[in-house]
Amino acid sequence: MLKVENLHVNYGGIKAVQGLTMDIRDNQIVTLIGANGAGKSSTLRSIMNQVAKSGGSVVCDDVDLTNMPTRDIVKQGIALSPEGRHVFANLSVRENLVLGAYTVDDKDAINKRINHAFELFPILGERSWQKAGTLSGGEQQMLAVARALMIQPKILMLDEPSLGLAPILIQEIFDIIKQIHEEGNTILLIEQNAKKALEIADYAYVLETGKPILEGPGKTLLADPRVQAAYLGEKKNAEAAANAEETAQAE
Amino acid sequence: MSFFIQHLINGLSLGSLYALIAIGYTMVYGILRLINFAHGDIFMLGAYLVYYGMLWTPLPWWLVFIVAALLTGLFGILLERFAYAPLRNEPRITVLISAIGASFLMENLAILLFGGRPRPFSVPALLDHSVKVGAISFNVIQIVIPVVTAILLAILSFIILKTKTGMAMRALSTDYEAASLMGININRIISMTFFIGSTLAAIGGILYSCRYPQLMPLMGMMPGIKCFIAAVIGGIGNLTGAVVGGLILGMSEILIVGLLPSLNDYRDGFAFVILILILIIKPTGLFGSNVKEKV
Repeated sequence: MLKVENLHVNYGGIKAVQGLTMDIRDNQIVTLIGANGAGKSSTLRSIMNQVAKSGGSVVCDDVDLTNMPTRDIVKQGIALSPEGRHVFANLSVRENLVLGAYTVDDKDAINKRINHAFELFPILGERSWQKAGTLSGGEQQMLAVARALMIQPKILMLDEPSLGLAPILIQEIFDIIKQIHEEGNTILLIEQNAKKALEIADYAYVLETGKPILEGPGKTLLADPRVQAAYLGEKKNAEAAANAEETAQAE
Repeated sequence: MSFFIQHLINGLSLGSLYALIAIGYTMVYGILRLINFAHGDIFMLGAYLVYYGMLWTPLPWWLVFIVAALLTGLFGILLERFAYAPLRNEPRITVLISAIGASFLMENLAILLFGGRPRPFSVPALLDHSVKVGAISFNVIQIVIPVVTAILLAILSFIILKTKTGMAMRALSTDYEAASLMGININRIISMTFFIGSTLAAIGGILYSCRYPQLMPLMGMMPGIKCFIAAVIGGIGNLTGAVVGGLILGMSEILIVGLLPSLNDYRDGFAFVILILILIIKPTGLFGSNVKEKV
């Protein structure tokens, strides 16, 4: 469905992404994990053409998105729920959702989707006339996801949906992601919480300082000692990996 | 009492003018975080377009007013396209300098094209009646100005609150990046913003000229600065604030001069005094707010 080929992104001399290739298939949850600054957000932002690509291509269902303006990419059915939620704080919850469907003209369809969003996130329904800025962090995250769903996207891209949330809310967000997936959505998920992401992912890619270093089914990567060492905080392995790195650097 | 009502009418009329112009500053600031220093000169352009429209075309005055306001709106779109859009991703100070440059350019072009000497503005007879009610006397235009302003504000609120474009404007002013992720055509919304702001400034300029019927290429400078102050007093970026700020400024200017006529020569300075007082008490302006990130 979505094919990212040899993607490169540069920020004023810094190579944020270097040669990432991803293949996201229908109805899959694919996750891209990596440490802070590994280039995960840059990848999503460059898919949306919010930052320029310095190389590579992005194709969705045979439509070349590489050089399309962001709004046309949205019209092609790619939705991004950005890192840090970015809800429209001065607008009501309902208005946020209506804006999510900015590219949709059919008013009935928009209303139906808003109702569906309120089924998925009942708390948003209760607060539909409240300004988004007054919601709690978790509620804002739900709104950001619901807003991205308003175009019924072919691919829903979620950038760090668990960032800055309390553990109990993190679990809730992941449950919701699973539920959205079960409704037949294709999801590209970016997470620092690698363990949780790998648990629900069909397929996963690992980025390290902009370079893709590993890929495979989520469960396989979960068991991979390198992933465990670097991202899952398994202490013994982490030390071993650190030592190995030091030796490598010394050489 | 009649003294008070007299000044209330004068103040309301001047304040409405300030409000009309302040809206343009605040809308552009809300969306681009840019102080459009050429806004006062757009005000001037609107007035001159009417002058030449009445001189060169056989159209009735009200049609000239409308066409001139809309043409000035289009000019606002062009101004943004050529002076600001190419600098969209540059630091804000760069765009600000471009705005100052655009202002100088417009002023000097106006001197070149329209001539430096003041030109008389022929006020339509309908607007130029003097009306006397008891001890109060006023000009029809002084009533027309607040009425037109109220109508325009109602239309503007409808656009901003009820239409898709208005919602996109509000979205863009809260969060530029997220707005682009919604598929909003940002260039179109920015153009709309400049169109609305410039049209309102032109209407302000035309009505101002009906009240003070003398055109000069630099006539937009002082109203421009005052209305910028009005927008800041109200909390720049906030529409209600711009209107309230404009009214406060107009009212207090008239009242102070009315109560203390000997200060008439200092009237342009009051705006700054009021600005300083309000900013000391509330640095974000009356309706402004600090945005905080939620965790």
